[in-house]
Amino acid sequence: MTNTLHRYGDAQSFFDDYVVFAIPSRGKNDQGSVPKLKQFLEMALPFQPVNLGDAIHGGALRPSRNMHPTAHWNRDMKPDFRAVIDGVDTPTTVAAVFDKRVAAEDFVKTVRAADLGLCINISTSIDGAEQCCHAAGIPRHSVGYSLGFEGKTEKLPNSQVLMLTTMCGHGMISTSLAKKMIDWVKEGRRSPEQAVTYMARFCSCGVYNPSRAKRILEDARTKIK
Amino acid sequence: MRINPDKCVACGNCTYVCPMGAIYIDPAIKRATVDRNECVECYACFNGLSQEHLNPTLVRTLRKLFQLVRLRFDPEPDVCPTAAFDPEDLQWPRVVRRAFSDPRVPHESTGVQGRGTEEVKTNDVTGRVKEGEVGFTIEFGRPGVGVWFHEIQKMTWALAKAGVAFEKKNPVTSLMTDVASGTLREDILGEKILSAIVEIKVPVARTEEIIGLVREVEKQIDTVVAVGVGARCDESGEENVVGPILERLGYKLERAKTNAGLGRITNSAEERKEPANARL
Repeated sequence: MTNTLHRYGDAQSFFDDYVVFAIPSRGKNDQGSVPKLKQFLEMALPFQPVNLGDAIHGGALRPSRNMHPTAHWNRDMKPDFRAVIDGVDTPTTVAAVFDKRVAAEDFVKTVRAADLGLCINISTSIDGAEQCCHAAGIPRHSVGYSLGFEGKTEKLPNSQVLMLTTMCGHGMISTSLAKKMIDWVKEGRRSPEQAVTYMARFCSCGVYNPSRAKRILEDARTKIK
Repeated sequence: MRINPDKCVACGNCTYVCPMGAIYIDPAIKRATVDRNECVECYACFNGLSQEHLNPTLVRTLRKLFQLVRLRFDPEPDVCPTAAFDPEDLQWPRVVRRAFSDPRVPHESTGVQGRGTEEVKTNDVTGRVKEGEVGFTIEFGRPGVGVWFHEIQKMTWALAKAGVAFEKKNPVTSLMTDVASGTLREDILGEKILSAIVEIKVPVARTEEIIGLVREVEKQIDTVVAVGVGARCDESGEENVVGPILERLGYKLERAKTNAGLGRITNSAEERKEPANARL
């Protein structure tokens, strides 16, 4: 899931960002994988994920196709994990996002014990992933390093906007929306929690980390980097 | 993507959510309009905005009244109040834009959503990158910049000239008319997409050379490039070969995706060909 690889930030900034995902490979371990993918997501619940998602239907915060006008005054900002689990209906990538390393470690231990046969990956700082594997007694199989952004980097926005937008590596959260949300939080028009839910609804695979995004917005309220 | 001018109330919400900044309020018609040249058919507007189904005439009237008395209204920023988006039936070659930009659409060539690549995340069952090898994922256009295929071709040409092997199960490779030269189909060169990944594999000894080449070609490409480098760990889970090379080249390695090696070949047909629990 390259969409989690190039999140912007230094290693320290990923202390609250652990994406554990399961992926079946076509022709290798995709047959009968749907119940296993659901089991993977189900097993994540006790460890209090901050998001769950699948690559087809999206994350635990989703837009509505038929929003009632009164919803403006009482929009539901709670993630619907059950909808994610029930919605998995075809082999695809599913992900659980945690904001605490110990939760990610315990989840990886549980996944190992379940022996699902799916390909399991951890996306976070290099050390963070190594510690998760170590805690679960797993020797790492392969590593995909991010070398960051190169080329015409003058086309990129400031670091806080980048940190917010690159948490949806598919690029569904626009620079303009992230800037607008930072401005709205600064103006006091919306709380960081509200601003995060607006952005998270655009993430099409559920790997957006609302907890990290909230921290970045809180920081951006007083400091522009 | 099109916006139905009969439904649009020019609230402007969609102008902020377009990753390419391709939506604007056309002052001539006072409606949101999509710049078709810049639109990459990612469907972020259609899929990401919640939709209400309010009466457009009523909403326009209310907006005019508020405007008249200089009253600031405070709408939800992720809602299209009149469900004004009309997805088009895309034809070739424009449909390529959506295939490479809307992550919910699986690539026909690989059957994978997103950018259509498995890379090292399934390496424990595919054996795509073995010890002594390095897998490169060279991604163009993200975050938030986009890329034209004719720009990508500059890189594929250069890589082909260097004699590298393109990953067969990759959507960009599937669009090459000549893999040996890295030439892409001519009819897609004028298409803009949100992002695409070129995947190659080389012996570890060529790591520095390839990085140097990529850095050089990047200067000629009008977008951002994100490079990922995949490597196989040893039996004890250590990776002490590629990482040190990257650090020597000046990269500060901050983030990685780590394949935990828990995958097994479980498909019945495959099991006949390869042993289960194979740690490739």
